[in-house]
Amino acid sequence: MSIAILLSAILTLSALAFVVSRQRAVASAGGNLRALHSRPAMYGWFGALSAGVPALLALAAWLIVQPLLIERDLRGMFPESVQADASALTLAMEDVRRVASGLDQAVAQGMMTAEGAQDLTGQPEAVRQLLAEIGVALAADVSPEVLAAAQDYRQMAHDGALWRTALVLALAVAGLIAAAALTTRDFRARNHVERVILLILMLASSVAVLTTVGIVLSMLTEAGRFFGMYPIQDFLFGLTWNPQFRGNSTFGLLPLLWGTLYISLVALLVAVPLGVFSAIYLSEYASARVRSIIKPLIEVIAGIPTVVFGLFALVTVGPFLRDVIARPLSLGDSGSSVMTAGIVIGILNIPFVASLADDIMNAVPQSLRDASLGLGATRSETIRQVVVPAALPGIVGAILLAGSRAIGETMIVTMGAGAAAAIDVNPFVAMTTITVKIVGALTGDTAFDSPETLVAFALGMTLFVLTLGLNVFALYIVRKYREQYE
Amino acid sequence: MTDTPPLPKAAGSLLELDARTRRRNAAETRFRLYGIAAVAFSLSILFVMLFTIFSDGVQSFRQASITFDVTLDPERLDPEGNRNPEEMADVTTIGYGNLLSDQLSAYMVARGISTEGVSARDLNAMISRDGPGSLRAQVLADPTMLGQTIRFTTYASGRIDGYMKGRVTRDTAARDTNISVEQLDLADRMIEAGILTAAFNWEFLTRPDASDQRPEVAGLGVAILGSAYMMGLVLLMVLPLGVAASIYLEEFAPKNRFTDLIEVNISNLAAVPSIVYGILGLAVFINYAQFPRSSALVGALVLTLMTLPTIIIATRASLRAVPPSIREAALGIGASKMQTVFHHVLPLATPGILTGTILGLASALGETAPLLLIGMVAFVGTYPASPLDGGILDPATALPVQVYAWASRSDPAFIERSSGAIIVLLAFLLIMNLVVILLRRRFERRW
Repeated sequence: MSIAILLSAILTLSALAFVVSRQRAVASAGGNLRALHSRPAMYGWFGALSAGVPALLALAAWLIVQPLLIERDLRGMFPESVQADASALTLAMEDVRRVASGLDQAVAQGMMTAEGAQDLTGQPEAVRQLLAEIGVALAADVSPEVLAAAQDYRQMAHDGALWRTALVLALAVAGLIAAAALTTRDFRARNHVERVILLILMLASSVAVLTTVGIVLSMLTEAGRFFGMYPIQDFLFGLTWNPQFRGNSTFGLLPLLWGTLYISLVALLVAVPLGVFSAIYLSEYASARVRSIIKPLIEVIAGIPTVVFGLFALVTVGPFLRDVIARPLSLGDSGSSVMTAGIVIGILNIPFVASLADDIMNAVPQSLRDASLGLGATRSETIRQVVVPAALPGIVGAILLAGSRAIGETMIVTMGAGAAAAIDVNPFVAMTTITVKIVGALTGDTAFDSPETLVAFALGMTLFVLTLGLNVFALYIVRKYREQYE
Repeated sequence: MTDTPPLPKAAGSLLELDARTRRRNAAETRFRLYGIAAVAFSLSILFVMLFTIFSDGVQSFRQASITFDVTLDPERLDPEGNRNPEEMADVTTIGYGNLLSDQLSAYMVARGISTEGVSARDLNAMISRDGPGSLRAQVLADPTMLGQTIRFTTYASGRIDGYMKGRVTRDTAARDTNISVEQLDLADRMIEAGILTAAFNWEFLTRPDASDQRPEVAGLGVAILGSAYMMGLVLLMVLPLGVAASIYLEEFAPKNRFTDLIEVNISNLAAVPSIVYGILGLAVFINYAQFPRSSALVGALVLTLMTLPTIIIATRASLRAVPPSIREAALGIGASKMQTVFHHVLPLATPGILTGTILGLASALGETAPLLLIGMVAFVGTYPASPLDGGILDPATALPVQVYAWASRSDPAFIERSSGAIIVLLAFLLIMNLVVILLRRRFERRW
């Protein structure tokens, strides 16, 4: 029974349980709804939940565990040499899965009978031909052990599916019967249902934690595999970045880190003055009318997808900088450069800095301004000597957050910064960043067994640690130096 | 009586500013100007960016096409003479291409247009490579067409199209091996004769992507479908998940270590670079769970995880905005905590939750980087199946990814298409934001 049919069977049983429980509850009260402990629908929900939830949980658990168990059993069918090598084993398992699903398709399309599929032993070439006919391409002829393993795999998957269906349906029916038996007028259905709902709410809120765990675990394990192939100190302190497709690559992080930080610095030099002065104008000078027009307009910048800025960098800003500054001053000959990417990321970050700084300056109490103005200071003196110092921790926090966004920005640097890893002070040459190299390593067909691919996870980890550190530091500064006003 | 120091002598009239005051006032004006300059600069950059992209992008909605009479010569298209589509399929698109250029040449000679200086091969190159293919498909579908003369319309090649739009000029053509000045002269004569025309190009929105050689037929169909699938799936997943998580954290969570951990997590996740989610998606959904690469399902899962923190933050804010008096009133007449939340607090917070969700979806719609890593940048030339037939597992692309993919191709015609795709993307974003503004207007409530 396929999973879709199984799911609809569970849903049908749940719906049935809803109706049965509700009816039994109403009947046990003799039709007098006020004699029930809970509203009638609550009894229905209790029935639906007790029929559906355990069955669904069992199904989910089965789907996760079964492949693991099958794989463990099949491992023994391969020669020692394959078993010892983790990546060879992964590849072999992949072949097994592909052959098995190909045979399934062949049976489903009526090209062979189910017995015929189990009967192919000893004719591996025929298998490859057969699979090619139905569109499953194999790189090489199927080895006898892969074929045998695939046939066992099909057998076990088939048996597993039978047991799974039986177990899940049994659970659903048992839930239905139990709910129907429990339902009487004094049964506290609402309390039970609410407890389950609370549990569901709790699970939903822990998805955020699971995401973090997923990010950290996936990057740690894959980066760990990378560091198994490439020494960690060479990665962290290496000065050259030179991946080779034939192996023997060097992965020095420092050129990428330099490019990333240099571009972020340029971005901050653009975003901070423009953002902070925009915020000062908006919060201190602009009339309410002007503010209500300009503020949304600046925030439009924040709503534009970054790939649009990337195209702007590639088509407009890059050639402009090259033709107007870099070539006349013979500083460089490339449209993609640190300046291009930095300036465009800076523009992207203006609304971010501006709206954070604006919020923070608005939070400075009016009494401070009035006091300063009352002493005879001009408005600009008040801003420079009273408002900005009072808002400084928040502004610094905003700047750090903008820096973290600049470091993690991907599309603008991919399209505007170049791909050559270099350590240079000239901002008009192409440099590359951590994010560009992650995209480069993981785009296209990737096999997860070469250091050229796996390095992306080590880079991702570096990026994650870097941005997380900046964020935590920014929050710390904001909390620690925040002025408390009455 | 003590000696009081003499008052400083007044420098002059009160009506006349002294040097120091003038300096301070000048500083004041300057400071204010800095602010205005910063705002003006930011906004002018925004307008420059939008202007360059729009002026380039609107061109992709117009497309040059060539219309002429084609006599479908049975000798060439069906050498066996049996009108059997299987035998006729032996004639490749190259054969049809030669037929088209011969016929075009004959058509022009008949109308007195000189094709001097343009070889048959060059003339062939002025017709889109898509033309022969579509003619072949038409003929194979209906072999009775053979021998007739039909009026055939096909796109002009990318360079000729660019010439009509001003992207290709005689100067660039002189340096370009793909087009010659003679071909442009001929194009001028064809425009005069009404053979070569430009019209609004609906197919830009419906066709799938095309290969490097055929920029004139590349369209956004697959990308729009892919984005629509993903947005639908993201909405289905993120809305229940985000609302449930927010309700728990805002209404039920006790103050303990675990909830603190969740809170810190959510605020940190909101600041994690989007590409990290791409790495997560690649490692967990594709590598571990073996979901199909480039599929809308994996894209939607990644975007869901990415937008979840923003949506939780927005939803919690709107739950918090519901005044406690509502909760107390419901509890006071005997509702349980759960009933209070689901019957009273949640409905009142709905407009806020919806606006937050739409804004989260808008940011997901524009997101590119994580989708590159899960393989959505691959060339997809076929439409995904409908969602009911498992279309969410078919390879698809997304609008912002298409922008990137086209921008990284070498032919400038694709840059124009890329800008066109941005216009479509921004139009969708604009619609979503307008809906938000309308919702706010309609439902905004002050307690």
